[in-house]
Amino acid sequence: MKGVESTFFSNSKYNRRNILIMNNDDFDRFKGSQDYVASEALRNAVNVSIALAKPLLVRGEPGTGKTLLAHSIAKGLGKKLIIWNIKSTTKAQEGLYVYDTVQRLNDSRFGGKEVSDIRQYIKLGKLGQSFTSKEQLVLLIDEIDKADLEFPNDLLNELDEMSFYIPETNETFKAIHRPIVIITSNAEKELPDAFLRRCVFHYIEFPDPELMEEIVHVHFPNLKDDLLKEALRTFYSLREIDQFRKKPSTSELIDWVQVLVASSTSPEIISKEIPFTSTLIKKEADHSFFSNLYMRRKQASRVSGYD
Amino acid sequence: MFTNFFYTLKDRKVPVSITEWMTLMDALSKGCITTMNEFYCMARAILVKSEAHYDQYDLAFQEYFRGLGSPLPEIYEQLLEWLKDPFNRLLLTPEERALLNSMSLEELMKEFEKRLKEQTEQHDGGSRWIGRGGTSPFGHSGQHPSGIRVGGSGGSRSAIKIAEDRRFRNYRHDLTLDVRQLKVALTQLRQLNRVGPEELDLKNTIDATCKNAGELEFVWGKSRKNAVKLLLLMDVGGSMEPFAQLCSLLFSAAHSSSHFKDFKYYYFHNCVYDVLDKDTDRRDRVSVDQFIRTMEPDHKVILVGDACMATSELIDSLGSIYYYERNHKPGLYRLKQIAEHFSHCVWLNPEAESYWNHPTIAAIRRIFPMYELTLDGLSQAIKKLTVKR
Repeated sequence: MKGVESTFFSNSKYNRRNILIMNNDDFDRFKGSQDYVASEALRNAVNVSIALAKPLLVRGEPGTGKTLLAHSIAKGLGKKLIIWNIKSTTKAQEGLYVYDTVQRLNDSRFGGKEVSDIRQYIKLGKLGQSFTSKEQLVLLIDEIDKADLEFPNDLLNELDEMSFYIPETNETFKAIHRPIVIITSNAEKELPDAFLRRCVFHYIEFPDPELMEEIVHVHFPNLKDDLLKEALRTFYSLREIDQFRKKPSTSELIDWVQVLVASSTSPEIISKEIPFTSTLIKKEADHSFFSNLYMRRKQASRVSGYD
Repeated sequence: MFTNFFYTLKDRKVPVSITEWMTLMDALSKGCITTMNEFYCMARAILVKSEAHYDQYDLAFQEYFRGLGSPLPEIYEQLLEWLKDPFNRLLLTPEERALLNSMSLEELMKEFEKRLKEQTEQHDGGSRWIGRGGTSPFGHSGQHPSGIRVGGSGGSRSAIKIAEDRRFRNYRHDLTLDVRQLKVALTQLRQLNRVGPEELDLKNTIDATCKNAGELEFVWGKSRKNAVKLLLLMDVGGSMEPFAQLCSLLFSAAHSSSHFKDFKYYYFHNCVYDVLDKDTDRRDRVSVDQFIRTMEPDHKVILVGDACMATSELIDSLGSIYYYERNHKPGLYRLKQIAEHFSHCVWLNPEAESYWNHPTIAAIRRIFPMYELTLDGLSQAIKKLTVKR
């Protein structure tokens, strides 16, 4: 620790100034927003990533609110949000800037415009925009694993230094304010180690019943307790069926509760009949599996009922 | 600070690097972490980069922080050292400094010790130390790393408790599997070849032309296709019953992966004998000789089975447990035939490696490289399948 401390104090003035001006309010800021309930671990991860100015990598089951997190952070901290959606064809370069050579060629041949100023053909990408903005932004890089394997590596330097160089115009852009970077991933591809080392990582677990109650309450503040309890109980017992290809997730539960409320279903019926399963179970195979299993049990109970 | 925790993590096979450790130290010195719970969460966020390692992290956390009895000599010393360094006092707010000045160092240490002792006695109450943070000089030392431990020792029990729950056991790569994870693993099984006629690469042509100041410049290329052909041979014999669910996951993953050039599957019972089945009812069958004649040797073969049977079933002719099968060549011979014909074969065993001391498993391992049917095992197997011979 002594070594750590001495390098820490000697190596940069910046750091020292930072701790001197930093009081507890400078980090520990994200507390979840009104319509987003974050677990303690998640809040901690967000705050440590903000304090250390490192990108936060979020992973988790589909429907656990990875993308919503960025929206919530932006809302909670009152900052603008820039979303960079990654597709399989996205290149790292596009996030920084695009040099529109086709437009320039067109202008030079047919437009009669002055084309010697290349700057007018440089269009900043999402990452570039977040660097050049006058205020601090939240940047969401959504589904980074969709892109090519090399994609994260191509961003390493830019995310580290928060600056990039445009050779065409011989300009260097440096971030005025380091954006708060949130990256989501579905673990479709392994991310390179060098990239991971620079991130703060959080895995969003599937919420436990208590947290889930809170989440549902945020969406339906006037929900009756018995209805909520029954719905959650049924929902979690459905999630325990391992044979499902896709287990119902939070967003499906929210939909389901909405239908239950709209149809004013009584709580007793919920666990007995499990109405509106089509909002919970989305795969055909799961649906047929479930209806088979459930019908059989229903019949069995009817037979025993006659006894 | 906590340096041994780093090595505990390493021992538990959590891949942590110095870079990440230094990041954690940075976080500590910036005072982001004030309670043990926060330390648990934040250290995990910084050090661990996959939910697959959360469980190992939990174990290491338990091991390290349980081992620390409560007067903590390491931290005690660090606290002393910190207090002695006048520079550190500059970091405190005026109120804190006033508080600190009102006590002499000895008094302070005495008070500290007293509270530490109280803490051991109040093991179950726990909350006091966090709650008092506002007024106690120890709670306030959050700016210094040791402050965490001091202010947060009440909370430490619950952090360890979280670690003890081991909620992430199911996320370990060597345990869980679902279709999607398997599919992701199977996507590694590819060899991209440039095939087909040369086609005009429109996008690159435009780019090149523009860079060339408008003079046309054509770019040609071939599209890339995955050349891997997969052949899956699965044991559906009685002893495989417990693993049926697992095997069907693997099957549906392979079946729904669209990136293979060719995918074929056959079934066998216990061991491969004279025939292979095209379906599980054993109606549509093909003789192994015929099968070997017609299959090209560049198929990648994955055999799935527990490889566990009576020795006679493997090495005797007429050894099949199905009496009417009357296999004239022993199973071992057939397996060798497959191994010789196809250039890349692996055997996936759903049974855990610790159970692999059965003689027939040993015999089969001499023919095929064998891996566990887990995510780790599968990715190792796929590496084996994609090496060039």
